[in-house]
Amino acid sequence: MRKRKLCVLGAALAGMLMLGGCGKEEPTEYLTVFNYGEYMDPDVIDRFTEETGIGIKYEEALTPEELYAKYISGAIDYDLVCSADYMIQRLIEEGEAQKVDFASMEYADNIGDRFWEFSQAFDPDNEYALPYFYGTIGILYDTTKVDAPIDSWGVLFDGSYKNDIIMQNSQRDTFMITLKYLGHSLNTSDEGELREAQELLIRQKPDVQAYLVDEARDEVVAGNAAMAVVYSGEAYLGHEYNEDLAYVVPKEGSNVWIDSWIVTKHCKNPEAAAKFLDFLCREDVAEQNFEYIYYSTPNQAVVENMDEELRNDPAITPTEEDLAKCEVCTQTDPEITKLYNELWKELKAD
Amino acid sequence: MKRKYLATPYIIWVIGFTLLPLITIGVSAFTGDDGAFTWDGVLAIAEPINRQALLFSLAIAFGCTMICILLAYPAALFLKSFRFKRKGFTIFLLVLPMWMNFILRILAWQMILSKNGILNFILGRFGAAPLAVSNTWISLMIGMVYDFLPYMILPIFNAISDIDEDLIEAARDLGAGSGAVFCKVIFPLSVPGMLSGIVMVFVPAMTSFVIADILGGGKLQLIGNIIEQEFMKSMNWHLGAGLSISLMILVLIGLAFTMRGDMEERGTALW
Amino acid sequence: MVRLKNAFMKCYLALILLFLYAPIFVLVVLSFNDSRSRVTWGGFTLRWYGELFSNRQILEALRTTLLLGLGSAAAATVIGTLGAVGIQAMRRRGYQIVMSLTNIPILNADIVTGIALMLWFVRLMPLGFGSVLAAHITFNIPYVILSVMPKLKSLNLSIYEAARDLGAGSVYAFFHIVLPQIGSGILAGFFMALTMSMDDFVITYFTKGAGVNTLSTMIYGEIRKGIKPEMYALSTLLFAVIFVILLVFNALSGRGKNTDDVIERSR
Repeated sequence: MRKRKLCVLGAALAGMLMLGGCGKEEPTEYLTVFNYGEYMDPDVIDRFTEETGIGIKYEEALTPEELYAKYISGAIDYDLVCSADYMIQRLIEEGEAQKVDFASMEYADNIGDRFWEFSQAFDPDNEYALPYFYGTIGILYDTTKVDAPIDSWGVLFDGSYKNDIIMQNSQRDTFMITLKYLGHSLNTSDEGELREAQELLIRQKPDVQAYLVDEARDEVVAGNAAMAVVYSGEAYLGHEYNEDLAYVVPKEGSNVWIDSWIVTKHCKNPEAAAKFLDFLCREDVAEQNFEYIYYSTPNQAVVENMDEELRNDPAITPTEEDLAKCEVCTQTDPEITKLYNELWKELKAD
Repeated sequence: MKRKYLATPYIIWVIGFTLLPLITIGVSAFTGDDGAFTWDGVLAIAEPINRQALLFSLAIAFGCTMICILLAYPAALFLKSFRFKRKGFTIFLLVLPMWMNFILRILAWQMILSKNGILNFILGRFGAAPLAVSNTWISLMIGMVYDFLPYMILPIFNAISDIDEDLIEAARDLGAGSGAVFCKVIFPLSVPGMLSGIVMVFVPAMTSFVIADILGGGKLQLIGNIIEQEFMKSMNWHLGAGLSISLMILVLIGLAFTMRGDMEERGTALW
Repeated sequence: MVRLKNAFMKCYLALILLFLYAPIFVLVVLSFNDSRSRVTWGGFTLRWYGELFSNRQILEALRTTLLLGLGSAAAATVIGTLGAVGIQAMRRRGYQIVMSLTNIPILNADIVTGIALMLWFVRLMPLGFGSVLAAHITFNIPYVILSVMPKLKSLNLSIYEAARDLGAGSVYAFFHIVLPQIGSGILAGFFMALTMSMDDFVITYFTKGAGVNTLSTMIYGEIRKGIKPEMYALSTLLFAVIFVILLVFNALSGRGKNTDDVIERSR
């Protein structure tokens, strides 16, 4: 009897295994790519392999820190890495990146000049980093739950929306906006200013409903909270699901972030890596990627082809006015990073 | 061939994949950034923030274990008293939810408990006041109890159903009421199961961090969260390793105490 | 009175099951939701089930997950069962040492086990499917041993000794005397291991090679932008398949003799 049971079970499990068991041709060359989760249309990867015969081993991470931890352990030799500006800067500074000849690429020109300029904040000669997506940090809020349109970070701190606020569960983002609210640079290395920000955050903590990562958007969409600190791209998606939502980059200024690609020093096939980066810049590919992710794209060819509504949405295309008051984060001093960790831990423990 | 040599592959495996990696982590715990020996990593658990998180974890893990026992014991008892012909089926029913991904299940709890969530919607239909449990220690506790409850029910149920019916009959024949049968026969014989359950619930509860992140709204700091932060965010692996090693030692001491120094006596199987 | 008591007990068990299955219901409902956001209801649809089967990434992750789960559970069951039988024959000192080692993966936070294994594998071999498999076997073995050990303890060893005295080899004696008596423990250990392997995320994340994805690591990557509805559909399907297997299983064993009873009586 038992044998029969096992047979049934075995057959069922074997059936499930068959499900995914379709063979396909194996490429001979491979690139190992490390990116954020859900930050590239899987179809784009397949297209690249089809067109060039180069296979992609694709890895995902949730945060820049986590990506760095896994990268630096040396467990896997990544060829290409995409991460946040400050993490890219750190990798460049630690000599993990290799130079890429962007001038010889066919489609690198599609990236707007101003984004190369933004990049110079952490890659002064534009030798290493290729801008991928960018955006701002701001407040996504439910217009039916606030008395007047929001224009300042102050609403987060003045106690008027108790238990209705969602903050980012990321020390950099949370500290950056607080520093901006206090009128400091978000790249400050002044311990006093950082402690001042921490004090404000500790005072704010009882009003905060939760510190979340990207589920923040869902909480506002569902009406569980009146407002959340989010990346601009998330705001666009939030608006898609709930028309009452609005996004603002507060007047005190904010952070403009640029997620960029670098080719690592481990890459033994820089030509293939350059091909991949060039491929990502190609108009049709960049457009497909944009339509999958809906974050602001630095690819001018894509921007020009966008329909009017998208191009004028401040969550998709930050306005000149917004960008003018935003700073790029370039703070990678190990001592300050350590202080950030310490302050964040204290805030969470309070 | 002696019987004990059957364990050879296992011993090799344990040395290769448990002991040696543990030593790697141990080395990391006792060294600093400069590679020199230091006690800092393992002693860091005594620092105020870490100590506070440790105590909070202890309280949560203890509470979670207690609630699990209180919920699981009657459940195991009732399951037994129905004398289901097919013990396997009952057990399967308890394990089956684990086949849905853990993160998905915890996210589902977030949706159930949130302010405009499913629970409050149902309560609203009955005219009851909404509960404000989301992102508090209560929702954290609900998530923990949810996650660990099967690990408590199973061993208790196993211990109870292993009790010889003749023993209970005999007690009855000798004039014991159902209260006395429970106190003198069933309960003492179920203790090993309960001990297994306590280990299976308390220990993982001490080190968990995902539930606190999702259901605690990132506002509650368990020692697991701190270890996670040291490894994944602060990239301070020495400290992370040190904290884990000292946490492991503390848990071991605690267990030895609970088991009266007799780890091997924890009898009952999970299944 | 008895009926009232019965009703109360049934209610209690129903509530416990409701508690355990509540999130499952939510996920099943989400798999029919015609909206990419989990917090808005866009009407009933079956399209995620359709899209699921054209999503190569998910199907491949499913395959890896199942291969990993079955492979590691099988290996852990063999190594663990032999191990348990051997450990039990050890003297007190050796027994205690080995059993404490066995408990380490359970005692340690997953993240510590994961990073320890990663650091270790970096020295041993390139990360790939093999390294995750080894990691899964490692954390699965304790569950097998913990399931088999109690059965061994209640095992009537004198039969084994008698068989040996009568000239049976240890292998023969193991397969014919010991194995049948601890069968249910082994099966339980196998399923426990399979369940653990399917559900693990942290250790897999650190020990997997580039391009090796399981359902757990995929879901983790999706948290950032919201879980894809296809994932709910897959979870629902997986759940339904297991449930049906369980029912068939149950119906079969119901018609025949009860396996558990056989094991029970053979003690």
